[in-house]
Amino acid sequence: MKTSVTLDDGVLTVKICGEIDHHTAALVRKETDTLIQQKRPRELILDFSSVTFMDSSGIGLIMGRYRIMGLFGGYLRVVNVPENLEKLMILSGLGALKVIERRGEMRESA
Amino acid sequence: MKVLNEMEFSFESRSSNESFARSAVSSFVAQLDPTISELNEIRTAVSEAVTNCIVHAYKNEIGRISVTVKIVPENTVVIKVRDSGCGIENIQQAMEPLFTTAPGEERAGLGFAVMQSFTDRISVRSKPGKGTSVTMRKALSRRVSNG
Repeated sequence: MKTSVTLDDGVLTVKICGEIDHHTAALVRKETDTLIQQKRPRELILDFSSVTFMDSSGIGLIMGRYRIMGLFGGYLRVVNVPENLEKLMILSGLGALKVIERRGEMRESA
Repeated sequence: MKVLNEMEFSFESRSSNESFARSAVSSFVAQLDPTISELNEIRTAVSEAVTNCIVHAYKNEIGRISVTVKIVPENTVVIKVRDSGCGIENIQQAMEPLFTTAPGEERAGLGFAVMQSFTDRISVRSKPGKGTSVTMRKALSRRVSNG
């Protein structure tokens, strides 16, 4: 699991590459939260285009970042979610937060 | 129940082993020629079961987790994940979606819900102080080429 991070005009983008489980979610969470506290972005984008596997730890990761961004008055977007993760996303009820965008989809068209 | 093939492995309850556990199971199941989606569901369900052992059964210690995978007739796999950890007092409550005893760990409380949704049948046996075993059964689709 690897992440690459960019910060552009108040938008923090964290691209997650590899598998998200309980072990790797803890690493992403730590790295992302440190950046949120240092940079105070108005928007956090979690880019899932290179996520090859995810279990419910990924759901916890998204919900936690949603809360933290809310606390700082910012927003979260989860973009480029691969098709094979959709069943889990639906099961989790995360759809209600309106932060999930499928691969190749913009939120406006959701 | 006739067992056509079987494998077993065990490992320490370290979170760095979660990836190994699901990969080992999916490598074994691959001989049934599952679809990518079926394999992904199996990997996810195993990951949930193993994570439960690490996060809950062996909360403050390192213990042993055993995984047995059986291939039985009708293209079906039976996966058993076993620990000798703290056990579950109330299985019904533990299986309720969103119930978690580890909110600080940012657990979504979806582990059992995912296992239930991604396999055909799940049974949980537990004795407080002794351990827990989770057995999941999943029938795989038969490809046309298999007749």
